[in-house]
Amino acid sequence: MNHFVTEGYVLPNQMHIYWTTMIVLYPYITGIVAGAFIISSLHHVFDRHELEPVSRFAMIMAFAFLLFATLPLMAHLGHPERAFNMMFTPNATSAMAGFGFIYSTYLLILAVEIWLLYRADFVFLSQNARHPLMRKLYWLLALGVMDVSPEAKALDRKVMIFLASIGIPAACGLHGYVGFIFGAIKANPWWASPLMPVIFLLSAIVSGIAMVLVCYLVVQWVKGREINGACVFALIESVWYFLIIDVTLELLELLNHAYMANEDWEILKALITTKLFTSFFIIQILLGSVIPFFLLGSVVVFKDRISPSVRNAFGAFGGVLLLMQVAAMRWNVVMGGQMFSKSLRGFLNFDVEIYGREGLIVAGLVLCLPFVTMFVISRILPLWGPLSTFPKEWMKEVVPERKPLKGYSKFS
Amino acid sequence: MTSPWTQSEISRREFFEKCAETGAQTFVFGGLFLTTANLRLPQEGERAAAAGKEPDQAIYGFVVDTTTCIGCGSCVRACKAENEVPDGFNRTWVEQYTFFPNGEVIVNSPMGGENGFPENLPERNLPKELEQLPVRGFFVPKLCNHCTDTPCIQVCPVGASFVTKEGVVLIDDERCVGCGYCVQACPFGSRFLNPDTMCADKCTWCYHRITKGLMPACVQACPAKARIFGNVSDPNSEISRILATNRVQVLKSYLGTRPRTRYIGLDSEVV
Ligand code: SF4
Ligand code: SF4
Repeated sequence: MNHFVTEGYVLPNQMHIYWTTMIVLYPYITGIVAGAFIISSLHHVFDRHELEPVSRFAMIMAFAFLLFATLPLMAHLGHPERAFNMMFTPNATSAMAGFGFIYSTYLLILAVEIWLLYRADFVFLSQNARHPLMRKLYWLLALGVMDVSPEAKALDRKVMIFLASIGIPAACGLHGYVGFIFGAIKANPWWASPLMPVIFLLSAIVSGIAMVLVCYLVVQWVKGREINGACVFALIESVWYFLIIDVTLELLELLNHAYMANEDWEILKALITTKLFTSFFIIQILLGSVIPFFLLGSVVVFKDRISPSVRNAFGAFGGVLLLMQVAAMRWNVVMGGQMFSKSLRGFLNFDVEIYGREGLIVAGLVLCLPFVTMFVISRILPLWGPLSTFPKEWMKEVVPERKPLKGYSKFS
Repeated sequence: MTSPWTQSEISRREFFEKCAETGAQTFVFGGLFLTTANLRLPQEGERAAAAGKEPDQAIYGFVVDTTTCIGCGSCVRACKAENEVPDGFNRTWVEQYTFFPNGEVIVNSPMGGENGFPENLPERNLPKELEQLPVRGFFVPKLCNHCTDTPCIQVCPVGASFVTKEGVVLIDDERCVGCGYCVQACPFGSRFLNPDTMCADKCTWCYHRITKGLMPACVQACPAKARIFGNVSDPNSEISRILATNRVQVLKSYLGTRPRTRYIGLDSEVV
């Protein structure tokens, strides 16, 4: 374990920072899940048709990130081999013990939802994929359920809407809950706040939408495909609204600390003006909130008067800044809360580890895994729209044009 | 001949039915499991004791007399030796508070006070001509408060932190997953992750000694009688007499953890 430079009086057992990069990564990853899922549900449940080009991708992205959400947690446990005790012998009063249950429920909902979303495609591909092995795989993925009659699809859709209506609260629950893990720690004045779950949830949604936006633009650019303006606009608009509420609440919380000026304010003030100055005021607020607010705001306000290329550029740049903002926010909460001692009289310096189990390299690798997964899935399933967008050379037959079914028009 | 459509229609319906069934089962059994799992936790002993089911049950308490501590650090050394506390961590430590005329308070605890305190005054970043003699000072020994409403037990995801029937807060090394949540939740910095066991660690009031009728190592080592330990449910014990005849305070009382370690002569500067 590292030793850290200290200033002022730091309690002897607090000379070490116990939660580091991995615990910053964990809320970051789950946050992207929540945001991506909500975007996808906006399309599937609330009929925001302009989001169609990204709705399937968003769902897959939520899944890919969720698969690896537990990895950073495992990586930081002292006894990873006992991790499942959290589910076998959970302590009902622990905020942390619920994680396994909330997580697995949500993973299940997401998996079933994706299965329903792609079921018709699985059926088609199980008969039409070029490679016989692939046909077997699709048959397996379809779980052998080969009925694609209109009634069957209608039922699929009903179940999907039902699942999404559980899924949205579950996504909110999953991430609000991550905020609760910190917000409920009364020992730490920088964490303890009933607003914490709300702030975590909102910034989660911001990061998820921003990730979908950035990925969509980048993939379209790389592939030289046309960018759907209505879709980009809808993403920018929703992320902008969520950003406004998110940052307002974050600043209100800080204002509240400052105005109440409890005994802990002195150290919190010193914390944000010294240790966290760059990561809080410069990165999180200025670069990550103010600039995207104006960039994306101008797209929203000047809707039709802004040229598509400028809009896309603003969207991509603003999205990247937002992703950075949320990462900085997680850092400021998790690390900020451990950079001062519970003696309220001293600080610790924390130097980011590069190698080692909780170092930057491992963190970068963990963050890459969801993208690798998405890439693999993109070889098997069409991510960016209906089956007709899937490479023709991988199929025996040409995919029939989608004939919209009355009432269930969105499902091919 | 059955058409493939009807066949798969059935299998699809069956599939959903199976899903619903399994979901319901998981819910019911999961719920039952959670309830029983909770009942298995060791808090029970404490609840029974609190409900007065065993009137003769010893409930331990600890009193720190800050007015008599001389800052020799014997207790810290005794604790380290008795409990094999790794370097850089402390189950108990001593803080030195020094007050200057300009209102400045300097707190320090070099190596947790393990080697006592240096005779010269604590360093201040002041020019020589502004050096002043302190107006007052004292030592405050600290250790786990063995809180009655402990945030550390509350947050432990696997129930590895628990309280014994004597009111002592302990950690089960066989169960602890080393998540560090309890370290974050303890408001007093009493806990740490032990780099040897990779488990949470903290003062146990020398549970292995007190259950054999001995005193905790620090209490035995203290030459100034600044540490008093005993059975608070016995009205004739020394600690009961001290608690009856002194005004005592606890650390961070506003957090509502109701510590069992109490302090005599606690200054408001001590947090
Ligand atoms: S002092 Fe800390 S470790 Fe000890 S019982 Fe209280 S909260 Fe738990
Ligand atoms: S570190 Fe161990 S004792 Fe502490 S909360 Fe985690 S599992 Fe429980």
